[in-house]
Amino acid sequence: MTNLAIAANGLRKSYGDKLVLDGVDLAIPEGTIFSLLGPNGAGKTTAVKILSTLMSPDPASGDIRVGGHDLATDPQAVRAAIGVTGQFSAVDNLITGEENMLLMSDLHRLSKREGRHAATELLERFDLTDAAKKPASTYSGGMRRRLDLAMTLVGNPRIIFLDEPTTGLDPRSRHNMWQIIRKLVSDGATVFLTTQYLEEADELADRIAVLNDGKIAAEGTAEQLKRLIPGGHVRLCFTDPAKYQGAALTLRDATRDDEALALQIPSDGSQRALRSILDRLDSADIDADTLTVHTPDLDDVFFALTGGAGVPNQAMEAVR
Amino acid sequence: MSTLSLAVHDSSTMLRRNLLHARRYPSLTLNLLLTPIMLLLLFVYILGDVMGSGIGDGGGGRSEYIRYLVPGLLLMTIGSTVIGTAVSVANDMNEGIIARFRTMAIHRGSVLVGHVVGSVLQSVMSVVLVGAVAVAIGFRSRDAGVLQWLAAFGLLVLFATALTWIAVGMGLISPNAEAASNNAMPLILLPLLSSAFVPVHAMPGWFQPIAEYQPFTPAIETLRGLLLGSEIGHNGWLAVVWCLGLAVLGYVWSASKFNRDPK
Repeated sequence: MTNLAIAANGLRKSYGDKLVLDGVDLAIPEGTIFSLLGPNGAGKTTAVKILSTLMSPDPASGDIRVGGHDLATDPQAVRAAIGVTGQFSAVDNLITGEENMLLMSDLHRLSKREGRHAATELLERFDLTDAAKKPASTYSGGMRRRLDLAMTLVGNPRIIFLDEPTTGLDPRSRHNMWQIIRKLVSDGATVFLTTQYLEEADELADRIAVLNDGKIAAEGTAEQLKRLIPGGHVRLCFTDPAKYQGAALTLRDATRDDEALALQIPSDGSQRALRSILDRLDSADIDADTLTVHTPDLDDVFFALTGGAGVPNQAMEAVR
Repeated sequence: MSTLSLAVHDSSTMLRRNLLHARRYPSLTLNLLLTPIMLLLLFVYILGDVMGSGIGDGGGGRSEYIRYLVPGLLLMTIGSTVIGTAVSVANDMNEGIIARFRTMAIHRGSVLVGHVVGSVLQSVMSVVLVGAVAVAIGFRSRDAGVLQWLAAFGLLVLFATALTWIAVGMGLISPNAEAASNNAMPLILLPLLSSAFVPVHAMPGWFQPIAEYQPFTPAIETLRGLLLGSEIGHNGWLAVVWCLGLAVLGYVWSASKFNRDPK
């Protein structure tokens, strides 16, 4: 078995009588990306805060080890192994980007030369060289997030916590961030990522855990999670109620959605399945206004597991 | 590296950060300097004649009053400067960077020590500036040798350290800068109830014990004795005990507030 970067047994935390984490178990192998997924208020940030020594777990929690060190007895050793980029930017806004970087290298006790070198290199890698001499307070959201991560990487932490690293970023910045995260892992780091974007977890994570109401509702690879819920379907939409009624009578195996004038036919979305549906539609002379293919994605898993109302439609791929 | 050298290394890093802040944004420090300088000018040029004839051997007038007033105002300058400390600590605690520091393998107390040392340095600079204004308008020491000056300097630093630790605690319990500035207000009001402006024996009888034994009066009387050769008496050790007591209290209070789990 490979070494675990993070191992937690029965992680618990409550604020007063409000239970936030109710016995979370984690086993994250070194060199992987683990994503903790959950709706707002599920306890993701609390989990990060505890694992990064910012907050103490409830005494009832079991053994928690980060980077091989016990969280309770040797927090300084844990801190030496980790880097954290929190949900709210952890940069010093009053000083420049470069000064922020040098502050980090001083705190990692790098020599002046090493510190300058690390600062210059990271600022360049995160495309901040031009802004290096400007106060961090003047940075845009994306730049501040990049500076934040660059600061986290000074001292080459082996385990990196990223708490919603792309929340509030535009699509381009988000994709940049994804590339950066992939690069970190290819360099051997372990990444613990929380996100509310299912696409992000799907894109990046080796393993995903869905946190709901303080408990892990499901855990596995993206593929394993998608298999947890019913398969995909083809959805036919009509504008004419008469046509809709006709089609519904012909296609007996379809699920009816009378309000939306839509029919759902179970399908795995393969070309063969699609052709047979199209053949049936042609032979019955049914002319649907739109036809969309819906394959299960993490959104479905997420909504199914976290008890959200209804399955959203936005992830569908239009065929016609 | 040993624990101590780590602590020194990290604290000096934090100090550099705080001094950088102070240098980039000097307006807070300069604003706080205005109060003691305005009071100095007000009491000397507007009220000086009356105040002067009312104190001491009487009839000294304005020049006598400058001499009486300056030691108290120098200590008031420290009280005023540390309000800035409370405000900047409260501001700092709301910054994400503090959470980052807590997750790093650095000396835990270095964040606070950086604030304290930075604030003491600022206090000393402020005292020097106010002192320069005092000298410019006619303040002169009397019978003060090198030893007395050194002792005076030591007293100012000790007093600044004590008030700073208290101010850091006040900053830590304040949710924002406004609250911090309100919470730290007593530090600039206390000198008004001390022997800074008028002698304690000129105050109502019931109030005299309060004025005499609050932290500012013994420190002011000691500074007066050192710079002007007046009687120090029991004020010397009383000032030192107050300073050490406040410093230790402030330190323990701040450390316990800083080490609790953040919300």
